[in-house]
Amino acid sequence: MEIKQLYREIVNEHNLHPSHKRNLDNPTMVLQGINPSCGDDINLQLKVKDGIIEDAAFNGSGCAISQASTDMMIDLIIGQTKEEALKLAGTFMGMIKGETTEEEIEVLDEAAALQDISHMPARVKCAVLGWRTMRQMVEELNRQEVKDADVTAAGSSECGAGPCGVK
Amino acid sequence: MNRLIEQYRRDFPILQGNDVIYFDNAATSQRPVQVMEAMRVFNDTCNANPLRGLYAWSVEATEAYERAREAVADFIGAAHAREIIFTRNTTESMNLVAYSYGLSVCRPGDEIVITVMEHHSNILPWQMVARQTGAKLVYMEPLADGTLTDEEIESKITSKAKIVSVGHVSNVMGVTNPIRKIADAAHAQGAVMVVDGAQSTPHMPVNVRELGADFYAFSGHKMMGPMGIGVLYGREDLLEAMPPFLTGGEMIEYVTRESATYAELPHKFEAGTVNAMGAVGLEAAIKYMKKVGFDLIMSQEELLTKRLMAALKEIPEVTVYGSSDPTRHCGIVTFNIEGCHPHDVSSVLDTEHVDIRAGHHCAQPLMKFMGVGSTARASLYFYNTEEEVDRFAEKVSKVRGWLGYGN
Ligand SMILES: Cc1ncc(COP(=O)(O)O)c(C=O)c1O
Repeated sequence: MEIKQLYREIVNEHNLHPSHKRNLDNPTMVLQGINPSCGDDINLQLKVKDGIIEDAAFNGSGCAISQASTDMMIDLIIGQTKEEALKLAGTFMGMIKGETTEEEIEVLDEAAALQDISHMPARVKCAVLGWRTMRQMVEELNRQEVKDADVTAAGSSECGAGPCGVK
Repeated sequence: MNRLIEQYRRDFPILQGNDVIYFDNAATSQRPVQVMEAMRVFNDTCNANPLRGLYAWSVEATEAYERAREAVADFIGAAHAREIIFTRNTTESMNLVAYSYGLSVCRPGDEIVITVMEHHSNILPWQMVARQTGAKLVYMEPLADGTLTDEEIESKITSKAKIVSVGHVSNVMGVTNPIRKIADAAHAQGAVMVVDGAQSTPHMPVNVRELGADFYAFSGHKMMGPMGIGVLYGREDLLEAMPPFLTGGEMIEYVTRESATYAELPHKFEAGTVNAMGAVGLEAAIKYMKKVGFDLIMSQEELLTKRLMAALKEIPEVTVYGSSDPTRHCGIVTFNIEGCHPHDVSSVLDTEHVDIRAGHHCAQPLMKFMGVGSTARASLYFYNTEEEVDRFAEKVSKVRGWLGYGN
């Protein structure tokens, strides 16, 4: 897609009228994503319960591509499990690197329109900013869960040791 | 179009047979055939390692290289060619001064004075010197139009100042700083004056002695020369006392297993095989610039800048930064379009074959000072035309529409 067409048909709507540019009440996690070279700056918020991204939102400023890409990403990940969200991120990154097939990127819906950014090296960072930030957050959440699970596991075995020992 | 300009423009192959509007001259300028021809002649007739071989080609290569040095010395009014050190670019020149001079002279409590308008290459080397020596980095701040007032100069350059380093022309505002005045203030306090001439040498006659510059740095690629060749002018007595920046071949006099004595100026600062072909290209660029003449260069740039600023003023959503006086811009016009990020502006203009710069222009402290995240910048050179300016302004007026406003 030619860049002007991309702006006209996809980017402008999500940049000028984003659906998810707001603050969540009780986000599970908030992370700032920055593109130092452009000055793109987003603040991504996720609400995760039982492994499902129940809600997501963002704030910040930056170029139309970074803002629109983040807005479209949120459209895609709300209601998905963390694993599905990571998988979508993988597909999106693959698309931007020009490594995916047309069928593979169908799951990206509107965001697939950013495919041609792969020919614009200077704008790649803008397009992936939201996705990169989201991936970082989910990975961090997963790490925390593993840690919590370890603590719980360790705790329960200790707990269990008492009665066992008594027995 | 001015008949002379039309004629000179034909010397630039890249500007022929396409409709590209190249307005990113402050980033790098285009090269005329004369520069390429001079390098081709060097390549085809005397390419050999200069300063080393004892045979004709090497001797000729050395002569060509040293002739280029003479031409540079003459171009900026240096007293001797040995005060001209060839580097890769302005950035390397500034680092040479910072590492060799700055680290040698600065002590805790000393001050290094720069301005908030500097390019990162005139900030980061001094941050390094300040960190390593305990000296303090002090920033002079201009008025909104880019003017550095006498009060600002006098209040920031105190007896604690050891080094004052200022860009001759700002690559964002386009203003020409009052170097002579700043140099006098620096010298009155016993400090040395370092000048970043990256944006001045392409546009105006420079005389380092009249300016009071103790060091003067610039890049060949911004003044029609090749990439990879730059210059550091340094006052001879200062250079003599400085330790080498890089060490190795070519810069020595005598080497034993344990130590070495260094070659004389300027070779002390030119370690390793030099970029002789680049120097020859730079010499050709200087020659070309002299042929065109600064009178024509400056009058054409002024004509174009006036026209551009007047046209941009007609577009209500456009803000132009810096002075409202086009004669104070050196062909550099930095602007923003309301609601549009400069990167989006540049991307859609690219589809219209318009090349401008967008971003922070390697001057983040200035962006912060101006209260903007980033800006778009059109920078003109004498080979640009009124027709290009008109076409450019018309396209700029359409950018908001392309980015979804008002439709
Ligand atoms: C004012 C100024 N100083 C320094 C530089 C650095 O020049 P170079 O990249 O050739 O080292 C530039 C150009 O980018 C500049 O505009």
